[in-house]
Amino acid sequence: MKYTMTVSPDFPLDHIAGWYIFNTWLQVKLGINIHLELYDNFDLQREAIERGEIDIIYANPFDASMLIREKGFTAIVKPHARADEVVIAAAIDSSIEAIEDLNPETRLAKTNDPDVNMIGMIMLEPANLNAKNIIEEQVDTHILIAKRIFSGHADIGFFLKDSYDSLSQFVRSQLQVLVSSQIDDITHTLLIGPNAKDLQEEIQSILLNMQDLEKGQGVLDSMGIKSWDIQTQEDAEFMIDLMDTLVD
Amino acid sequence: MKDMQSVDVLEPYTERQIQYHDGSERALLLKDEEVPFPEGKLIVSRTNLEGMITHGNYSFVEMSGYEEEELMGMPHCVLRHPDMPSAAFKDLWSTLQRQEKWHGYVKNLRKDGRYYWVYATVIPNIRHNETVSYTSVRRKPSRSKIDECIQLYAQMIQEENQT
Ligand SMILES: Cc1cc2nc3c(=O)[nH]c(=O)nc-3n(C[C@H](O)[C@H](O)[C@H](O)COP(=O)(O)O)c2cc1C
Repeated sequence: MKYTMTVSPDFPLDHIAGWYIFNTWLQVKLGINIHLELYDNFDLQREAIERGEIDIIYANPFDASMLIREKGFTAIVKPHARADEVVIAAAIDSSIEAIEDLNPETRLAKTNDPDVNMIGMIMLEPANLNAKNIIEEQVDTHILIAKRIFSGHADIGFFLKDSYDSLSQFVRSQLQVLVSSQIDDITHTLLIGPNAKDLQEEIQSILLNMQDLEKGQGVLDSMGIKSWDIQTQEDAEFMIDLMDTLVD
Repeated sequence: MKDMQSVDVLEPYTERQIQYHDGSERALLLKDEEVPFPEGKLIVSRTNLEGMITHGNYSFVEMSGYEEEELMGMPHCVLRHPDMPSAAFKDLWSTLQRQEKWHGYVKNLRKDGRYYWVYATVIPNIRHNETVSYTSVRRKPSRSKIDECIQLYAQMIQEENQT
């Protein structure tokens, strides 16, 4: 039996190698074959999920909802202290200093990361902004969002906080943060699909002790994850309920 | 529910008696002072089917002014402000009974007599087709929406008092 693992396309690019190392480590620990398949974007990954090709996934919270409620996946762990938070930033020399200063026709640069965009739109509500009265532009990466702001093509941008923090000191010095979310409860989770149910308990117990196992800490470091925390099915259901209140 | 205590509320304040839908009453001490919604946060709480608080995140506890231990097991109307019309909550409960999502602007009362405005979404938590509990998530509302609601709710309360 060969399993397929994938990672939400919004993970930081510097950690690609880390996920390959993790996959190798996990295969040795479990004594099974796992193929790591990475997709360039959310659409390609969703198609693979629809075809039933995915057994293990490090999922974005949005995909986690669909995977758990519709596809029979089970949540097992989440990264320690790594909630998905969002920064809305403008140019440092912009006259905008707070969300409430924003007006209709504000030009927004964003990526196609669904939970970042959802949280970002919620943080624009205090200014009565919504999808109908802003001008949106989608770009591929967070660094391109910064560039659209610097070139004057965008007034504000939505950044995953982790990506914002990993921008260079110089880039960040040209930006000002209008608001930074502190939601805590929305996070990526590692899910196991129905075809790999047999592995669920073993993978969970290995990952919860990963930092103490041989080479475990080094592998975690390469993925930019400190350790794994347990995510029970009810924890995951709670997160999905929370997400439900945020979408219309 | 215990009356609000003058040790918890800085003067000046006004006293009001409130009656809840179950007929019970409580003495309120009210201050005309708004506490701003915490930037970038969501205020989250959960209740059981009877509307007793079973869970609150850090922002929920902090904004209420109560200690977490005081809130757990309390009916959620501990936060009810008398400027909120009963009709809003009737609508909330009948919407939840239909297993649907409710949205609304709510003015909440703190332990210290001050208040805060939220935009709330309340949903039934459905497991195996059955409602097992409710979750409310509140976000920061826009000032213009609050201003509209101040007028609307005052009107609704006037009508409620006439009937
Ligand atoms: C999950 C949930 C959250 C609620 N949150 C609030 C709240 O923040 N403030 C409030 O006044 N009522 C809230 N309510 C409604 C109260 O249960 C109650 O209906 C309301 O305060 C009116 O009280 P009364 O009908 O007993 O007078 C909530 C109800 C639920 C199910």
